[in-house]
Amino acid sequence: MLFRYLLLLLILLPVKSFALIEVDITRGNLSPLPIAVSPLSIDEKSRENFKKILKKENIGSEISAIVENNLKQSGLFNPLNKDAFLQNADIANLKPRFEDWNLIKAQALITGKVTLVDEKLRVEFRLWDVLAGKEMVALAFTTVPSNWRRVGHIITDKVYERLTGESGYFDTRIIYVAEEGPKTKRIKKLAIMDQDGFNNKFLTLGNELVLTPRFNPTNQMVTYLSYFRNLPRVYLLDIETGMQEVVGDFPGMTFAPRFSPDGKKIIMSFAKDGNSDIYTMDLENRIVERITNHPSIDTSPSYSPDGKYITFNSDRSKHQQIYVMNSNGKNVKRISFGNGLYGTPVWSPRGDLIAFTKLHKGKFYIGVMRADGTGERLLTENFYQEAPSWSPNGRVLIFYRETKTNSAGEGFSAKLWSIDLTGYNEKLVKTETDASDPSWSSLLSN
Amino acid sequence: MILSKILKNGFLILVASLVLSACATQKTTTTMGQMQGDVYTGTDSVEYLASGVPDRVFFATNETVLTTASRETLRKQAAWLRKNSGVNVVLEGHADERGTREYNLALGERRANSAKDYLMTYGISSDRISVLSYGKERPVDSGSNPLAWSKNRRSVTVKAN
Repeated sequence: MLFRYLLLLLILLPVKSFALIEVDITRGNLSPLPIAVSPLSIDEKSRENFKKILKKENIGSEISAIVENNLKQSGLFNPLNKDAFLQNADIANLKPRFEDWNLIKAQALITGKVTLVDEKLRVEFRLWDVLAGKEMVALAFTTVPSNWRRVGHIITDKVYERLTGESGYFDTRIIYVAEEGPKTKRIKKLAIMDQDGFNNKFLTLGNELVLTPRFNPTNQMVTYLSYFRNLPRVYLLDIETGMQEVVGDFPGMTFAPRFSPDGKKIIMSFAKDGNSDIYTMDLENRIVERITNHPSIDTSPSYSPDGKYITFNSDRSKHQQIYVMNSNGKNVKRISFGNGLYGTPVWSPRGDLIAFTKLHKGKFYIGVMRADGTGERLLTENFYQEAPSWSPNGRVLIFYRETKTNSAGEGFSAKLWSIDLTGYNEKLVKTETDASDPSWSSLLSN
Repeated sequence: MILSKILKNGFLILVASLVLSACATQKTTTTMGQMQGDVYTGTDSVEYLASGVPDRVFFATNETVLTTASRETLRKQAAWLRKNSGVNVVLEGHADERGTREYNLALGERRANSAKDYLMTYGISSDRISVLSYGKERPVDSGSNPLAWSKNRRSVTVKAN
């Protein structure tokens, strides 16, 4: 619970009534914004119909609970206990009595309504500044009822966007590797779930080893490494259709794939005769380009969001370090100079930072540095953890951590964790099984 | 002796011994004579292609060079392969858990290739040898201690047919 008191809120509530609430997400050490999420009101007929379709007693409350959980998990908001609410949901949606909400110390209020119209779920919601007594957002949209969880995520994104001034990350999915079995014979499957852990689905059966799935930032394609027929190769998978194909025709192991920011290329390593170099393949014309040509190990490439640069790790200076080069492979510069080894560099979607894994004195750290290597900041330290992936707004990192109860390796488990860029709000991301290698999708509703 | 300390005091000691073993100049024989420097010299996980022909060689942390003992093992394998010319092999390269997944895939590939190169200098055609890296995905010992890691840093010669 410590994170609550460490969190990063700056609430600006000047006297003038048109000045509305803002949440500053760039700093630490302030308390989360008290927000009241009034259950979405629902008429009796819609409630009965939704109950038939979705097997949920009250879909209005269910959607509100998603919003509430998202806001709480972000660490930026403190959703207030519903028992204290004085106004009924249906009336609050029409005209909130701000004195009542003020009384329970809510600074922001979300109200709304859900109905079934022509077999579709129609939702409208409003975000209110309680002190100013003003509406901040009002929005209505319609979707198929089975999308009800996404409705909660989209509402959260709109609220987050309005209060922080940055785009949200709630209507997103995580692709990852689900793990089971002893460490010596680990079974790994591709799996995908909503950002909040719901709607988990396994995409492979576990017959072959799979590693490092990564989303295409522009669509629902995924690239990953599979040991299908004991030939480790980079694959391209369409998660909507289940179609997949090998990427390129390389005479050896390809690995460490990622998409370019425009989604049109895959960048990866190809290992041959004991040497790994970085290559790209254009997904439209299938042209393969060699980007590095060096006797060292060059791997874990990641593009800058403008596509002009590539960060990667290499042991060309004897030990594993992080480098940046132009996207054509020219102008290679080492950027990590701290103590220890540096790996898995991944460029923030905002472009300003590179997240990495650092190994130093038997500990693993997740950290960030600027693209020129300055401003290194370690966010979290543990016995074993790696592979950060950015939320689409570049504010949160998801990674995985392995734990054991003793040095003999007993009690082994692997889990996903998330942490804010500020270094606060570290949280376990719940998964049905053990999990590793998470990759965060772009916003689905964009 | 270090091992018993690890078991008693857990990760704190483990980290301390790790620092020692990570230091390249430190050459100590440790862990009940099963390691030289930090290269595994025991027989715990070793299997045999034929009598007297061990199937695997071991490496130092982050290293891909073959030790004297590894070269001896590979010469035995080469002799056996020359006698059994119908047998093809896969060299499976592995790393310990203390590295990032992708770098370790590259490291395993490089380890298997240094074994392959050595077999080739002893007359085994590259057509008979394929290479497969598992990185840190298939440890033989699931422990998190210097001895377990030393067993996992390996290249294993497996009959392919």
